Amino acid sequence: MSEPEPMLVLEGIRKSFGAVVALSSGRIAVAPGSIHALVGENGAGKSTLVKIVAGVHRRDAGTFRFRGEDTDFGSTAESKAAGIAVIYQEPTLFPDLSVTENIFMGRQPLGAWRRIDRSAMHAEATNLFRRLGVAIDPRRPALGLSIADQQIIEIAKAISLDASLLIMDEPTAALSGVEVERLFAVARSLRDEGRALVFISHRFDEVFALCDQITVMRDGEYVSTDSVSETTVPEIVSRMVGREVDELFPKIPAHVGDTVLEVSGLQSAGTFHDISFSVRAGEIVGLAGLVGAGRSEIARAVFGVDGYDAGSVRISGRPVPPHQPRAAIRAGMAFIPEDRRKQGLITESSVARNVAAVIRRGLTRGGLLSSAAENNAAGPWAGRLEVKTSALDMKAATMSGGNQQKVVIAKWLATNPRLLIIDEPTRGIDVGTKAEVHRLLSDLAGQGMAILMISSELPEVLGMADRVLVVCEGRITADLDRAQATPEVVMHAATSGSGQATHALPDVQGVTA
Amino acid sequence: MTEVMVHPSQVSPLRRGITNALHSREISIFAVLVLVVVVATTKSHSFLFSHDGWRDLLLTPALLLPLAIGQTVVIVTRNVDLSVGSTLGLTAYLTGRLFVDHPGLPIIAVFAIAIAAGAGLGAVNGVLIAYGRVPALVITLGTLYIYRGIFLSWAGSDRINASDMPKSFLSLGTRSVLGLPMLTILAAVVVVGVAYVLRNARSGRELYAIGSDPDAAGLYGLPVSRRVLAAFVVSGALAGLAGVVYAARYGTVSSGAGYGIELQAVGAAVIGGVAIFGGSGTVWGAAIGAFLLVTINRALPIVGIQDFWQQAVVGLLIISSVALDRVLSARRARQLVEARDQS
Repeated sequence: MSEPEPMLVLEGIRKSFGAVVALSSGRIAVAPGSIHALVGENGAGKSTLVKIVAGVHRRDAGTFRFRGEDTDFGSTAESKAAGIAVIYQEPTLFPDLSVTENIFMGRQPLGAWRRIDRSAMHAEATNLFRRLGVAIDPRRPALGLSIADQQIIEIAKAISLDASLLIMDEPTAALSGVEVERLFAVARSLRDEGRALVFISHRFDEVFALCDQITVMRDGEYVSTDSVSETTVPEIVSRMVGREVDELFPKIPAHVGDTVLEVSGLQSAGTFHDISFSVRAGEIVGLAGLVGAGRSEIARAVFGVDGYDAGSVRISGRPVPPHQPRAAIRAGMAFIPEDRRKQGLITESSVARNVAAVIRRGLTRGGLLSSAAENNAAGPWAGRLEVKTSALDMKAATMSGGNQQKVVIAKWLATNPRLLIIDEPTRGIDVGTKAEVHRLLSDLAGQGMAILMISSELPEVLGMADRVLVVCEGRITADLDRAQATPEVVMHAATSGSGQATHALPDVQGVTA
Repeated sequence: MTEVMVHPSQVSPLRRGITNALHSREISIFAVLVLVVVVATTKSHSFLFSHDGWRDLLLTPALLLPLAIGQTVVIVTRNVDLSVGSTLGLTAYLTGRLFVDHPGLPIIAVFAIAIAAGAGLGAVNGVLIAYGRVPALVITLGTLYIYRGIFLSWAGSDRINASDMPKSFLSLGTRSVLGLPMLTILAAVVVVGVAYVLRNARSGRELYAIGSDPDAAGLYGLPVSRRVLAAFVVSGALAGLAGVVYAARYGTVSSGAGYGIELQAVGAAVIGGVAIFGGSGTVWGAAIGAFLLVTINRALPIVGIQDFWQQAVVGLLIISSVALDRVLSARRARQLVEARDQS
């Protein structure tokens, strides 16, 4: 096979967001008529690389050539016009508009007087869906579609664009086996037409079944590119994980005490089903799984931010009423959400006010709250967590991600919780501060706190958790001890689909609501 | 791939059209409008069956209609334009001044100048909102006062009287063609025109997309800033048109012209089913909403409801229509999710 001119060449791509370096040396070369896999852990920089190609972000440095020409897209419209279609991890649909309109927005077929030709548009959409072999009513609104259906629409959109480069960022994460097969059939036919495809996935069986080449990324850096026929799954996994898991994540063994949290039969239509697990004092339980598997939704339901349809939540044997975060706090729960800027902090307020936010009630005198009382209450906590801030009245918005996270943790520790639920504890935090957050969690567990940790970073889960629960498509598919939990096993459970728990759940069987 | 079943092709277009129409928001608002007219007419026959009654029924909404349509175009993009009342006042006064200062100017030129002036004022809003990334509520609240201030300092205690304007212009406000008042026909043309663009032009559909999810619209590569700017220009231009209509209909323009009418325009759109968070609603709905709002204000005294309660009824109408929307959309979303779980 002679070497054709690559469709897309990226070399030495750098991109940082503030202090966080998302990409330090991104590199990929995609040949026309081939499917190129891009793999790496969450946070390895794959999505950032994709967004640079798509024109969402601009690179800080590096070479970007498309069809042999140096390129620099300033907007998604430019990349689209150049012939690049991207399917993002999170579908970007317009919920109020019909499925057909979503596919053709901005380039609807026109009739006389530049009038949108609706019947032609619907006919084309119907054809597209027939080609993909799916049964979606093209006239229904995009609102309420499952993630899988939304993904199908994104794919239909990309195909109808007639792009020469198609990038799919985890398109199969929410698809069933049949749907995946159909997608692959379409992808192969696109490849045979001479188009280039980039396929990002965590499912290695799919990568090896579909792709011609495979590029591995780790921590924002290019690691290797191989022909799929010349490499193996274990080889790729070891390159992805790369480092020794334990060195970064110091988990001190703690004495495991009584059961603190007991969740049984939790169910919410459309998001998760039959969720049962327990967390004991001194234990860190990791909730692993792919983005969109339903982990955060489970945590939000346990804490009462969202309601649920069936099941029960108990703290130390006592039932916690659903959909009442206040009751959950009173019962001894603390919840540190994924998006700390939006949900965890009042960024325009001072550190002291943030730390004192949940315990306000106990600090008031005659119904009034003084800054002095807030400072007094916040001081010891901020000190204990080594929050690096010049003054407690500094605004939270000006702090680094790591220090913001410490403030959020301090806020909840001030309530003396028995159970700490923490969603993505180190997202967007630099490596040094990461270790501090990890040490802190480990210390808390050592003092007898029960911790439920959600993380998309596999090494973090494996390094920190005493037990790993793997969630896939809204169900718990594995309950693994620290010793059993290897990257391969967790990845397998996270991608294998529903209905096959690899381990029984001894703690909660027989406990029903 | 045996069971490829794309359901809608099995339903005839006519039947689908009828089903959609019967379930539409516009029909239910129209039914309320008919009900209001029927009740008022049974109380007083002249509400509908006298010459004046018939004319007022059609003519009174002619002022609010262009504003409600302009407001719809803006609200669909998840924005709001509160400055239209002041724009209306300014352009109404401008219309009068043009007749006073340039007596020879043809009426059509006066229309064009007033509409262009309104478009210019709308463009100021649009640029600040679309390119300055400031919330529309803040900008247009500011320009509401600024435009009113310009109007006040320009007009002072001066006012335009009927005698300042040509008879041929004022007759626009009273003339009818085939039993339909001229100004109402003008408003109807605007409704049809804007409705056509919003439904059938790419740019019109993009407005809905932008309002439905601004972030997705950006990722998709739609020209978000340009479209939002255009929406505000349209809203301003229609407010300019409403200014001319105001001058023709009332014959006098004082500094209070159009005071507070922007809230009626928002109310009309909301009653007509235009979602305040953008992305859905039609010009037809807003037009019927404007009709209903104006007509209910005229009908309530006839039905014998006290002054005090008349305002409250309008408020109740707005709140209940929004509440109804909430309930219906929550139920629909739930149905869609449950249907998904069962499949």
